[in-house]
Amino acid sequence: MSGVASAPSAPSARNPWLTATAWRRLFRDRPILPLLALLALLVALSELVRPGIVNPNWAGFILRTAVPLAILAGCQTLTMLTGGIDLSVGAVASGSGFLVATLVGDQGLAVAILAAVVVASLAGLLTGIGVGVFRVHPLIMTLGMGLVVFGLANWWQLVMVQTGGGTPDELRWIGSGSFMGIVPHSLLVFVPLALVILVGLRRTGYGRLLYAIGDNPVAARLSGARAWQVIVLLYVISAVMAAIAGFLVSGLTNVASVTLADSYVLPSVAAAVIGGTSIMGGRGGYGGTIVGALILTVIISLLSSLGYPEAVRQVLFGAIIVTVAAAYTRITAES
Amino acid sequence: MSAAAAAVDDARARPADAAMAFVRRNGWTLGLLAFLAVLLVYTRAIQPTYGVTGIQGLAISVLPLALASVGQAIVVISGGIDLSIGSMMALTSVVAASQMKGQGEEFGVGIVIAVLALGLLLGAINGSLVVLTRVPDIVVTLAMSFVWAGCALLVLKTPGGGAAVWLKELVKGSLVNEWVPKAAIALVIIVAVIWLPVQRSRLGLSLYAIGSNQLAAFRSGVSVGRTKLASYMLTGLFAALAGLSLTANTGIGTPVPGPYTLTSVAAVVLGGVSLAGGRGGVAGPIVAVVILQLLRSDMTFLNVNTNLATVANGVILIGVVMFGSLIQMRRARA
Repeated sequence: MSGVASAPSAPSARNPWLTATAWRRLFRDRPILPLLALLALLVALSELVRPGIVNPNWAGFILRTAVPLAILAGCQTLTMLTGGIDLSVGAVASGSGFLVATLVGDQGLAVAILAAVVVASLAGLLTGIGVGVFRVHPLIMTLGMGLVVFGLANWWQLVMVQTGGGTPDELRWIGSGSFMGIVPHSLLVFVPLALVILVGLRRTGYGRLLYAIGDNPVAARLSGARAWQVIVLLYVISAVMAAIAGFLVSGLTNVASVTLADSYVLPSVAAAVIGGTSIMGGRGGYGGTIVGALILTVIISLLSSLGYPEAVRQVLFGAIIVTVAAAYTRITAES
Repeated sequence: MSAAAAAVDDARARPADAAMAFVRRNGWTLGLLAFLAVLLVYTRAIQPTYGVTGIQGLAISVLPLALASVGQAIVVISGGIDLSIGSMMALTSVVAASQMKGQGEEFGVGIVIAVLALGLLLGAINGSLVVLTRVPDIVVTLAMSFVWAGCALLVLKTPGGGAAVWLKELVKGSLVNEWVPKAAIALVIIVAVIWLPVQRSRLGLSLYAIGSNQLAAFRSGVSVGRTKLASYMLTGLFAALAGLSLTANTGIGTPVPGPYTLTSVAAVVLGGVSLAGGRGGVAGPIVAVVILQLLRSDMTFLNVNTNLATVANGVILIGVVMFGSLIQMRRARA
């Protein structure tokens, strides 16, 4: 028994890349690697169960569907870094998309989008004041703000029932169109946004403050960080990002409804968590979240291509999230 | 030093001070009760016909959410959160409804017991996943909410099934006095039989201990994992009770989860339970649920647009919690 066990370990003593510890260390330092491996595995699995499905068109479809989810998951990533969460993204995204669709007929696209962004930032400002100044738990604050925005959007729907328009062509172009049927137009919005977040988190003082406040609020305060200002701005940013995602979703589905993006809320939290952002704050990043959003989108597409009924899909979806989160926690655990 | 100790002893001895201490400890719940009383008077003022029927309707419509909120309160007190309550309610409700349909009354008793056991099992699965994987509670229960909702859809594709007559009779109408609805009695009995003994026991102390400071609890010899598991099992049990009450109310089972998960979290916070864990009880959340439901029916009566009623719910939720945290901040400064 011991002979069998020691045989493979002999060469690994010479080559550090073959030891389990080395792999563990690599995964711990570069947590995005196992995620990319999982993504590759899922793509391979898709090809295996449905030969020929993996082609440029499929990739374009996956990207197009993943972009709004990745943006909303970005809202969760940023807020989770400070130990918060934003459950109002669904209502804010749907409300913004809906507002643009109702205003575009009379006011033109630019004004409509500006109005939606202003309304979203107001909601974010109120959330930020509640969380940052009045110390309301983010879960409760964003839950309540989600109810407020949803109710107001419904009320607006009744007011605008005569004029109600559709999704403007420009949003449809950016949300569901693609260059040569492969590269989605929504990347024009997503790539700059993602770069700003990635660089902002690593290279700017504001980004570092988010980590500092989430990691140790007391230490951050003692070193002179004005936490409430950081948090108020954070929830405004999150609401604006949710609004952008709302525009893309309404362009993607060609529907403007007040419940449009609700189904994205829980997956957006799941994408951020799978991507390695700690819900306790202070750890994580946007790179992992993007891969997490891709993983979830591929899983959903894989499950629906298998032709399982909705019930089985839901069960598998939940089970996969738990499994991935558990494996991830195990791999990256400090010990 | 000893003089101070004597003064404390004196204070304990005087009944008036003991009453003050009770008020201080349960201030939030008593405040909620006072608000509820005002609200009832107001309801009576705007709807002079509000009486026995109104109270009975209120008790019946409150029951599922009240039970869900008690379950949520237990897990929040012990430092966790359960976002799968709504899905567990849907699953237990459809299991009960699909199995009871067309069966005898006595068979229904067995089904109810089996469904309660199912609730414990679902809670045990949630709890052991939280304990074993060390993934944060909110993530595990969020993912499990998909699993349980999917299972509910597997059991029943569309709303259907049936319920034993005695189960429906259990929550309908009133007992002893027409002002005492059976649903309210059921709620009180359930909480008195399940939660109160637990709260008084060693387990109850452990639940509060791990919620308040997990490390300190561990160092004082509390088995953190086992206690956490127990808290999730209790929550599963209450979710099953809430699911059964849904079936009893409607006579059928609905596989799509209602808005119970997030509403229960809101009710728990309104009821004075700290989301950080370790503080609060189950009475506050129950009163909060009654207040929320009564406000909703008042707004319906006043013809307030339902959308504005949703806005009002959100504003109330935020406003009350802000008020609570302001009180705490002032206390911390004083």
